[in-house]
Amino acid sequence: MSKQQALPISISGLTKVYGDIFALNDVDLEVQSGEFLTLLGPSGSGKTTLLMALAGFTRPDFGSIRFGEDEIISMPPHKRGVGMVFQNYALFPHMTVAANVGYPLKLRKTPKAEAEKLVADALETVQLGGYGERRISQLSGGQKQRVALARAIVFSPRILLMDEPLSALDKNLREHMQIELRHLHEKLGMTTVYVTHDQREALTMSDRIAVINHGRLMQLDTPRTIYERPANRFIAEFIGESTFLQVERDGDRVSFSGTELKTGALPAAGKLALVVRPERLSVLDGPPTPDTNVFSGTVRDLVYQGDTVLAYVTLADGTDLTVRAGTRTGEPIEKASIGDRLELGLKSADAVLIPREEA
Amino acid sequence: MSIGSEARANETVLLKQSRREEWALLGLASPAILTVLIVMVLPVGWLFYLSFLADDGSFSLEHYNRMLESKAYGRIFMTTFEVSFLTTGLCILIGYPLAYFLSQLSPRMAALCMLTVLLPFWTSLLVRTYAWLVLLQRKGLINSWAIDLGLWDEPLKLVHNLNGTLIGMVHIMLPFLVLPLYGSMKAISADYLKASSNLGAGPSQTFWNIFFPLSLPGLFAGALIVFVLCLGFFVTPAVLGGGKVIMVSMQITSNIELFFNWGAASALGVVLLVITLAILLAASRLLKLDNVLGGGH
Amino acid sequence: MNWLNRPASETQITHGQRLWLYILATVIMILLVAPTVIVIPMSFSASQYLEFPPREWSLRWYEHYLNSPEWIQATWTSLKAGFFTMCVATPIGTAAAYGLFVTKHPLSRMFYVLLITPIMIPVILIAIAAFYVFVQIRMVNSMFGLVIAHSILALPLVLIVISAALKSFDMNLEMAARSLGASRFTAFMDVTLPQIRFSVLTAALLSFLTSFDEVIVAMFVSGGDNSTLTRNMFNALRDQIDPTIASISTIMIVISSSLLILTQLFRKSRD
Repeated sequence: MSKQQALPISISGLTKVYGDIFALNDVDLEVQSGEFLTLLGPSGSGKTTLLMALAGFTRPDFGSIRFGEDEIISMPPHKRGVGMVFQNYALFPHMTVAANVGYPLKLRKTPKAEAEKLVADALETVQLGGYGERRISQLSGGQKQRVALARAIVFSPRILLMDEPLSALDKNLREHMQIELRHLHEKLGMTTVYVTHDQREALTMSDRIAVINHGRLMQLDTPRTIYERPANRFIAEFIGESTFLQVERDGDRVSFSGTELKTGALPAAGKLALVVRPERLSVLDGPPTPDTNVFSGTVRDLVYQGDTVLAYVTLADGTDLTVRAGTRTGEPIEKASIGDRLELGLKSADAVLIPREEA
Repeated sequence: MSIGSEARANETVLLKQSRREEWALLGLASPAILTVLIVMVLPVGWLFYLSFLADDGSFSLEHYNRMLESKAYGRIFMTTFEVSFLTTGLCILIGYPLAYFLSQLSPRMAALCMLTVLLPFWTSLLVRTYAWLVLLQRKGLINSWAIDLGLWDEPLKLVHNLNGTLIGMVHIMLPFLVLPLYGSMKAISADYLKASSNLGAGPSQTFWNIFFPLSLPGLFAGALIVFVLCLGFFVTPAVLGGGKVIMVSMQITSNIELFFNWGAASALGVVLLVITLAILLAASRLLKLDNVLGGGH
Repeated sequence: MNWLNRPASETQITHGQRLWLYILATVIMILLVAPTVIVIPMSFSASQYLEFPPREWSLRWYEHYLNSPEWIQATWTSLKAGFFTMCVATPIGTAAAYGLFVTKHPLSRMFYVLLITPIMIPVILIAIAAFYVFVQIRMVNSMFGLVIAHSILALPLVLIVISAALKSFDMNLEMAARSLGASRFTAFMDVTLPQIRFSVLTAALLSFLTSFDEVIVAMFVSGGDNSTLTRNMFNALRDQIDPTIASISTIMIVISSSLLILTQLFRKSRD
């Protein structure tokens, strides 16, 4: 399989209403050529609706979808020429592996010899060379996944859509397949839109992540930015663990319980909350560096989780902070027990502020 | 809710396309719908119209009045209901234990035993009615065996009366009760029964408090099907009733075949249809008919 | 009697305590099957009267049947009607089931109920209604009329069987085919139809049997050269108990039980 010309996708004003629920609410999204973009969101967020609209199985109420220069919003699915991998593989059980993979070529009337070669190549690409004559029912979950992938790429589509393709696999296989899909994407270079509700999967695989909720695009950025600079509380909660501290704002200065905080850039006007990731807090056992914010509190609970220890620390004003610390010998958390006072440090670069939403 | 973008791109195209697709899909159903409309709905409507025409062609309620006044018609309706009720009741009494038994078997045994329900289901109703006629008649198998065994001395009159009709109808209707009932029994999760045992209920308490109530929807559905089918039954009472059990459908037939009285036959048919539909409508309010008949979605 | 003391279900009731149920159910199952089966040996009797077991065996009533032009004619009529009904009801019923299943149109529910009504309302009504129309357009005693009327009775069964099959069919398969370049029709033919083929065959067999076994509609709208087997049987039953009927019944039992076995085999191969 050779690398080919990929197509950018340009979505604008896309809206789909079911009854009085917005499945898609005025979505604008540019997917760059050759990019691996993940649509991430909880179930019912609209991410699958968006993917189905790209594939042509959901007809939006209005809006525009362009593949390259061409408006395709009213084009039937079979003319869009996008490869698609479905959640439960959707392999045809009455056909062999080779017949499944060869099906799109048969529809395109590819000459037999050429088709056979393309099928063999595609199976080779997904490391299933020689499996052509197997029946679908003889395959394991991971192999089915690979066949579904081979079938979606065999006709060299310029856009590849994947709908939670790994959700049916067990954890180890899933993590293995994530890396493999990533490599495959680098090799083939198709514009790829990937749907998942698994934040770790999104962080692992994507060039960029589009976080979707209530049919709206909440944030579109690289995995690192999404994790480290979440735009709002929903994203901070959905991706990774977070606790939120209500902070006071006075012009450019921000303080918590009367102590001024050292933070990064401030969002525009409005009330603010501090996002505290448990693993970005450290247990201090000496004087803090100048760029460290210090919170002190009492250990309420300690949970040993093997690679890490989770400590619940109650601050003076009664709010709880969660600290995640490694279990390496000598870590300061080792000495802590319930009821102890702890000093927690948060570097200014890790102190992320988001607009506060009144509950 | 406000819609964000003021320029609703492609809205008309998409709406038109969506409509076209819906109509194309409904169009797939149109040959079937047209056939049913032309050969069933329209003609039944026509019969409805005929039932309000007097012999001279003027509008009248004469056929309905006669139905209300005539004792003979009253008796026919009574018989129809009597036979339908008795058949349904007997089917419940016989069918429930059978369905319960089948639901408790291993899949393999259940499939085998289910054949005894499916075989009659697939065998021509006429053949089964004929078989009962042969068995029940004066010199038939049952009488001759019973006399040989000394159960009774004189051949009993088992057929050409209500008894014979009921025996035949119960036999024919039983699968219609057992199949939905079996389905609803199989759908009862064994966890409920385990939970009940765990909470201290004995087997019979578990049955009456948990299993039986959960099987009721299937029982109602089956009983409803049996009852409604009985109301319109013709062949079995005509053959096994020997002229002593006259049901509405038989009267309709003789009105047409013997008396060429379309008006009277239509009026009877309309009443039978209205009763049937009323029962189905009432029942569909009480229980989900979808579960019985399968449905679109 | 170890088995009797073993638990028979989750509630730990033993087989011994359930013995009464097993006996009762066995009696009911015998009563369900026996009357039909008993006709078979009787049809091989040599006597004028129906006997069980026959004192002397012969094929005389089968000969009588085979040598009777009316019975043979009627058999052909029934087979033809069944075949044509199958050919009409199966495709239009399958198309309707698919269309109504896929569409989200609000009318689809109503159309579904309309197509199911023929098995819910009394057959006599459909019979006289069809008869009335066929009289007006001179189609009484025609094969075409019979087939159309029977198709209406078979449609609900086709619809129920196919709808159930579509419910358990994974529509993603059809979507996958369409994403790979198949039009809706091609996707249906290549993917959906092969997946529901056993249900379609079952529906076809049921359509055939519906027509083949049908009495009341046939009584009104068939006749003359196009009298069906069941119509003639019914008329013969009202007159006397002719042992020829036992031989015809046996043939019909053989036909329907082989069709039943066929559907069971379909079910097996589907699992």
